[in-house]
Amino acid sequence: MKYQSQAVAKPYFYAAIGLFVAQVLFGLIMGLQYVIGDFLFPEIPFNVARMVHTNLLIVWLLFGFMGASYFLVPEESETELFSPLLGYVLFWVFLVAGALTIVGYLAVPYATLAELTGNDLLPTMGREFLEQPTITKIGIVIVALGFLFNIGMTVLKGRKTVISVVLITGLVGLAVFFLFSFYNPSNLALDKYYWWWVVHLWVEGVWELILGAILAFVLIKVTGVDREVIEKWLYVIIAMALITGIIGTGHHYYWIGTPTYWQWWGSIFSAMEPLPFFAMTVFAFNMINRRRRDHPNKVAVLWAQGTAVMSFLGAGVWGFLHTLAPVNYYTHGTQITAAHGHMAFYGAYAMIVMTIISYAMPILRGREAASNRNQVVEMWGFWLMTVSMVFITLFLTAAGVLQVWMQRYGGSEPFMVVQEKIALFYWMRELAGVIFLIGLICYVAAYFLPERDLDVDVVAEAG
Amino acid sequence: MSGAFTKSTARNIYFGGSVFFFLLFVALTFDTTRTMPERDHRENLSDKVVLGKSVWEENNCVGCHTILGEGAYFAPELGNVYSRFGNSTEAIKAFIASRPAEGIRGRRSMPQFNLSEEALDAVAEFLKWTSEMDTANWPPNIQG
Repeated sequence: MKYQSQAVAKPYFYAAIGLFVAQVLFGLIMGLQYVIGDFLFPEIPFNVARMVHTNLLIVWLLFGFMGASYFLVPEESETELFSPLLGYVLFWVFLVAGALTIVGYLAVPYATLAELTGNDLLPTMGREFLEQPTITKIGIVIVALGFLFNIGMTVLKGRKTVISVVLITGLVGLAVFFLFSFYNPSNLALDKYYWWWVVHLWVEGVWELILGAILAFVLIKVTGVDREVIEKWLYVIIAMALITGIIGTGHHYYWIGTPTYWQWWGSIFSAMEPLPFFAMTVFAFNMINRRRRDHPNKVAVLWAQGTAVMSFLGAGVWGFLHTLAPVNYYTHGTQITAAHGHMAFYGAYAMIVMTIISYAMPILRGREAASNRNQVVEMWGFWLMTVSMVFITLFLTAAGVLQVWMQRYGGSEPFMVVQEKIALFYWMRELAGVIFLIGLICYVAAYFLPERDLDVDVVAEAG
Repeated sequence: MSGAFTKSTARNIYFGGSVFFFLLFVALTFDTTRTMPERDHRENLSDKVVLGKSVWEENNCVGCHTILGEGAYFAPELGNVYSRFGNSTEAIKAFIASRPAEGIRGRRSMPQFNLSEEALDAVAEFLKWTSEMDTANWPPNIQG
């Protein structure tokens, strides 16, 4: 690596992968509970498994974003990190706080956790994705501030590039919008309105800046294409993301006691939300076609292409599928939403984190790329995970279409009656989930198998 | 993407566009919060309803159910459960109170939360209040 302090990224990446594995295991538990309702009941009821599943996702992605920043900001800024020590300290603070929270979810009933952590003093718990005890939320803010300070000081003392400035804008946005998680009015309609300021303005707003910046960084490195060209693309992509995505928040304001004009604002703007993702796909393939070098880390290039395609499919296409108000009237809160959520999070955010890990990890270990054998194992991981995620999404979509038809559109059968009729699709989803786990095992194995070099070039190039 | 369309053009569109649309979003938010009382009937937010929302939150109900379509998709929509249960808060209370602690063999079952009478009352009132919100006729039918 070019700067010693980039090594701070390493524990962040390991933690991200470890938590990802745990997330998938809990996903499999939930998938089984969909068809064997009393599986692990009452020890791990569905709501607990789900909270663990979604919260682990958020935490490992945050670890990934922070690791990515610690890796790429020194290199972009051409200077050592402001404080590597702070980076390591915050790593342990975040890991311990995260682990304690998960243990809390699993060890005691949620109501007890709320009581133990004094939720009545500042009630913020019990809302989807924001289930963390208030004290954990405060911890997240402290870690985020320390992290932003460290990264910000590094950018300030070094070279300022478009990539690092866009990345830091996204990260500041992430921290700022998280503050809305502390606002929990008693009026459910208002609560929901501002809850989306965290959830939507994260994943369909500022996180896209982070995604774009990381992708641009990796593409510069693996293609050798001129920075000017890549930076221009980055601006175009994030411009489209924010221009469509901010007002696009309106697609969550159709049925929650908000004025009906949101059905127009939300439909029109969110219908354009696929554009930045489409641009990202064109961008990635274009840059790779115009590459000036063949980077030996082929699997990192594969991840970069993969995230560009899968984010367009998952966030763009599957988002569009149910974003227009007249369609959403029937699909809102069904398995269609779950289908979209899975492919979008995997394609856009899980895959971009795996892209940067794939690119950075060999370098952090003193090589330019992993050995051919390990890259092939990682590619198996890529394909097994990606293809099974496509199938998970298709099965959930089929389940969702049938659910809408039987419960809301063609008929009005009770929820649980319909759930039993579509159980076959849940079984197939679970099977696809098992394949996903096998892919994940390949992915992890690729990082822990001993490097076996057949082609001597890689070692020679890394010097 | 070359020629007249330069990097600084792209940057200006990004800055200008995001600032403009964020301000528009804030303006729409201002208008929304001004007119929302007509739809969310906040004048009926009694102490009981407020307590009910914290009971709802502190038992993580949203971890299985949706409420106005948001939450988990494992258990029925509860935004209109008051109407589905025949406009009866008593029916809601009876359902929650009667869940078997060990679950139902092979089937999805709601945990037994051992709620106090006051908490049961409050959460039922909260669900009643929610069902009386103007949600542009959502959900499409009684099944939620």
